[in-house]
Amino acid sequence: MAYQFFHCLSSLAAPPKLPDSPFFLLPPQASTISGEIDWLFNIILLICSIVTIGVILAMVYFVRTYGAKSRAANEKADKTSEHNTTLEITWSVIPLVITIAFFVWGFKGYVNLKTMPRDALEVQATAQKWSWLFEHSGFSSGELHVPVNTKVRVILRSTDVLHALWIPSFRTKMDVVPGRYTDLWFEATQTGTFPIHCAEYCGRGHSDMYSRVVVHTKADFEAWKKAEQNKNDSMPPAELGAKLAQERGCFGCHTIDGTPKVGPSWKGLFGSRESYTDGTTLVIDENHVKESIEDPQAKIRVGFPPTMPTFKGQLNDKQITGLIEYIKSLK
Amino acid sequence: MATTTTTDFVSPQPSTTDNYLNNEKGILSWLLTLDHKRIGVMYLFSVLAAFALGGTFALLIRAELWTPGPTLPGVTADMYNQFFTLHGAIMVFLVIIPGIPAALGNIILPLQLGAKDVAFPRLNLLSYHVWILGACFMLLSLVLGAADTGWTFYTPYSTMTETAVIPAAFGAFVLGFSSIFTGLNFIVTIHKLRPKGMTWFRMPLFVWALYSTALIQVLATPVIAITLLMLIVERTFGIGIFDPLLGGDPVLFEHFFWFYSHPAVYIMIVPAFGVISEIIPVFSRKPIFGYKFIALSSVAIAILGFLVWGHHMFTSGQSVLAGTIFSAITFLIAIPTAIKTFNWLSTMYKGRIHLETPMLYALAFLWVFTIGGVTGMFLAVMSVDVHLHDTYFVVAHFHYVMMGGSITAFLGGLHYWWPKAFGRLYNETIGRIGALIVFVGLNLTFFPQFILGSRGMPRRYYNYLEEFQGLHQLSTIGAFTLGMGFLLTAYGLLSSLRKKFDAPANPWGATTLEWQTASPPPYYNFATPPEVTQGPYDGYENLEYDEKIRGYVPTKA
Repeated sequence: MAYQFFHCLSSLAAPPKLPDSPFFLLPPQASTISGEIDWLFNIILLICSIVTIGVILAMVYFVRTYGAKSRAANEKADKTSEHNTTLEITWSVIPLVITIAFFVWGFKGYVNLKTMPRDALEVQATAQKWSWLFEHSGFSSGELHVPVNTKVRVILRSTDVLHALWIPSFRTKMDVVPGRYTDLWFEATQTGTFPIHCAEYCGRGHSDMYSRVVVHTKADFEAWKKAEQNKNDSMPPAELGAKLAQERGCFGCHTIDGTPKVGPSWKGLFGSRESYTDGTTLVIDENHVKESIEDPQAKIRVGFPPTMPTFKGQLNDKQITGLIEYIKSLK
Repeated sequence: MATTTTTDFVSPQPSTTDNYLNNEKGILSWLLTLDHKRIGVMYLFSVLAAFALGGTFALLIRAELWTPGPTLPGVTADMYNQFFTLHGAIMVFLVIIPGIPAALGNIILPLQLGAKDVAFPRLNLLSYHVWILGACFMLLSLVLGAADTGWTFYTPYSTMTETAVIPAAFGAFVLGFSSIFTGLNFIVTIHKLRPKGMTWFRMPLFVWALYSTALIQVLATPVIAITLLMLIVERTFGIGIFDPLLGGDPVLFEHFFWFYSHPAVYIMIVPAFGVISEIIPVFSRKPIFGYKFIALSSVAIAILGFLVWGHHMFTSGQSVLAGTIFSAITFLIAIPTAIKTFNWLSTMYKGRIHLETPMLYALAFLWVFTIGGVTGMFLAVMSVDVHLHDTYFVVAHFHYVMMGGSITAFLGGLHYWWPKAFGRLYNETIGRIGALIVFVGLNLTFFPQFILGSRGMPRRYYNYLEEFQGLHQLSTIGAFTLGMGFLLTAYGLLSSLRKKFDAPANPWGATTLEWQTASPPPYYNFATPPEVTQGPYDGYENLEYDEKIRGYVPTKA
C-alpha cells in the first residue's frame, strides 16, 4: 500500500534526462540504473556546492568588510535586529523543498534497486572469508560471468560473517548476511570487466576479497559456457586445479612461492613430513589434501590458525583430484 | 611600586595565591578533588592523552596506506585492522564523547551558571574515576591482542575473532557509565543551580547545548551498554543472540548498535554547536542572531536524532519501508542544522570581527562543518547511499563532521577558555599558525577521501587498486600536516603554563558569567552569587578594552 502511494508520488517527480556525469568523481557507468544514480549524485553535488561556496563567500566577505582594527580601538558593532522572521522562514523553507525533492528521487531509485525483476537470470553467490563463488547455468566460478543487456538477479548467502557485494560500475551493493538470503539485481549495458569488492569488513583478507564481473555479449556468453563445459571435461587435472585455486580464492591464504601466508605455502608441500597440533606428524599425501579441503579442522598444522572454511559439497571429486594434482606439481 | 606590575591588576580579586589551581597541593588533592574545575582539568589532560594515542594510530593507518599492500615494515593486514579499530574506539569513546562535555563543560558549565559547583560533585568525581577504569580496559585490550572488529563491533565477526574483543567492549561499557553520570549531573545542575534572574532563555547557548547532549547521554547510552553486554555474554557463554549459528540475528546487533551510536553522533556534535555559538558573538561584538532558534534546535536535533539510526543500514537488508522512514527523518534534521549555520553567519553581519585563535577555529568550523553537513545529503538519499555506503566517501563525511566539526570546535573552545581555566594567555601567534595548519591539514587529509569513495574505494582496506594511490598519498600528506598542526598547537598552549598568572578576568570582552570572576577562578568561583538581568550576549557596548591588563572592563559611566 505504502509502496503504491510512494510510487505515485515519485512518478510525478521523474528526473529529467541529462547528459552523463563527468566521470572523474564516479566510476564508468555500466548498468541500466547507473545513469539515474549519477544524475541524482550530480544534482546534489551542484546544489551542495552552491550552498557551500555561498557560506564560504559570505564568511570571507563579512570578515573583510566588518573586520575590527584592533581591540584597543574599541569599535562597536552596528545595531541590527536579533531575528528576522521573514528571512528565517525563507531559509528554512528553501532547504526543506530541496530536501523533499532529494528524498523523493532517492526513494524512487531505491525502490527500483530493491524491486527484483521476475524474468531474470539467477546467480547464486556465496561469500566466505575471503572469496566469492558465483554459480549459475550449471557452472561455478570465482568471477561473475553474465551476458550484456540481460537482467541478472544475484542471490547472496554467507557461510561465516557479514560481507557485502559491491559492483561500483553498476552502482549497486548489498550486504551478505549469514543465516538469511539477500539479493540484488542489475542489467549490464557495457561489455568488459568491472571490479567487485567486499564492502563490509570481514577480517584479515577483507581488502583482498576482490573479484570481477565479466560482461559478455550474448553470443560470447554462450561460447564461454561451451568452453567452460569443455574445460571441465577435458582439461588436464593439474590445470583444472590451478584454475580452481584462482577462482575459489585459495590464494587469499596460500602461496605457491614458498612463503607462508595465512596457511602454509603449497610449494614443495606434497610429500613433505609436517607436524600437527595433536602431536602427530605425517607425510602429506592425496588423502590428507582431500581431508584438508573437506574437513579443514580435522588436523591443524603447527604454527597456523584453524581458520580455513570447508569446501565440502562445493567441489566434486574431479575438482578435488585437480587440486591435488596441482599441489603435487608445485615442487 | 616595588612589586612587579603584571599580577596586581589582572583580576577583580587577587588570584595569584588563592585560586582553584593552587589552593591545595599534592597529587591526592587532584585525584580526590570534588571541585568541578579540577575534575574538568583532569578530564582535559586525560582526553588530550587519549587524543595523542588515537592520533598515533591514525598516522600509522595513513602511513600504511602510502602504497597498496604492505608498506610499513612488519605491519600485516591483521595489525592494520587493529590500528583502525583502536583509532576509532579511542577517538569515539575516549576523546570526542567526553571531549567537550566532560572536559570543557565541567570547567565552564557551573561558572556560566554562576554556581559553586555541579549539583553532585561526588558523582562528578566518580564519573572521572569510571572513565579512567574504562580507559584501562581499552588499554588492556591493546596489550592482550587488540580487537580487530572496527569500533562498530559487528557480529558475528566480533564473536568469532580471536583478538581481545571482551576487554574493548567492556571498556566501552564502563565508559558509558561515565558518560551517563556526567549527563545526569548536568541535567540536574542546569535545572536547579541557575542563578537569580537566569530564565531558560537567558542561558548561554553552550548551556543549552550541554543540556541537549546530556539528555541523549542519559537516554541512549544504556542501550549500547546492554548491547555490548549481550555481545560479551554471547562470546563467553555461547548464548545465541546475534550469531545465526546459535539462532540469533546479526542485523539485530546493527539495530541495537546504531540505536545508540547515531544519537552518539549528536553527543559529539551538539556541544560543538554550543562552543561555536559562544565564540562567534563575542568575537563579532554582536548578540547572536536567532537565539531562541539555536537554543531549541539543539533540543530538536537531540530528539530527532533518536529516530534516524536506520540510515546506517540502507544496504543491510532492512525493509524498504523502514529505510524510507529513516531517510525522511534524516532530512528533517538537516533543516535545523542548516539554519544554525545561517544564524552564525548572520551574527557576523555588521559586527566588528576580531580574528584571534578561537574565532579562526570558529570560521574553520563553519567552512568544514558545512562541507561535512552537505555531504550528508548524498548519504541520506537512499539510492545514492547504496553506491556510497561503506566507502571512503562515508569516512570523509564523518571525519569532516567529527574531526572538522567537533575537534575544531573543541580546539576553538580550548583556546577561548584557556585564559579562564589556567589564568595564562597563550601565545597568539603560535595559536593562529596552529589553527591554519590544522585547517589546511584536515582538508588535505579528508577531501581526497570523498573522491576515493565515490570512485570506488571501500573503507577498512589494507590493500587497494593502484588507481587510488595518488589520492591516498595526498590524504597521507594531509594527515601528517594535521599532526604537526596539533603538536604546534599543544606546544603553544602548554608552554603558557610555565608563565605566571597573567590573564585578565575577561580577555575577549564576553558577557557570560564565567568572565565575571577572576582568571583562574577562586575555589568557590564567585565571591557573591551573581544576578542575571539580561540575555547572555547583551551588553558588549558596556565593555571597554584596557590595554594595560589586556582585557575588558566595564565602561566607566
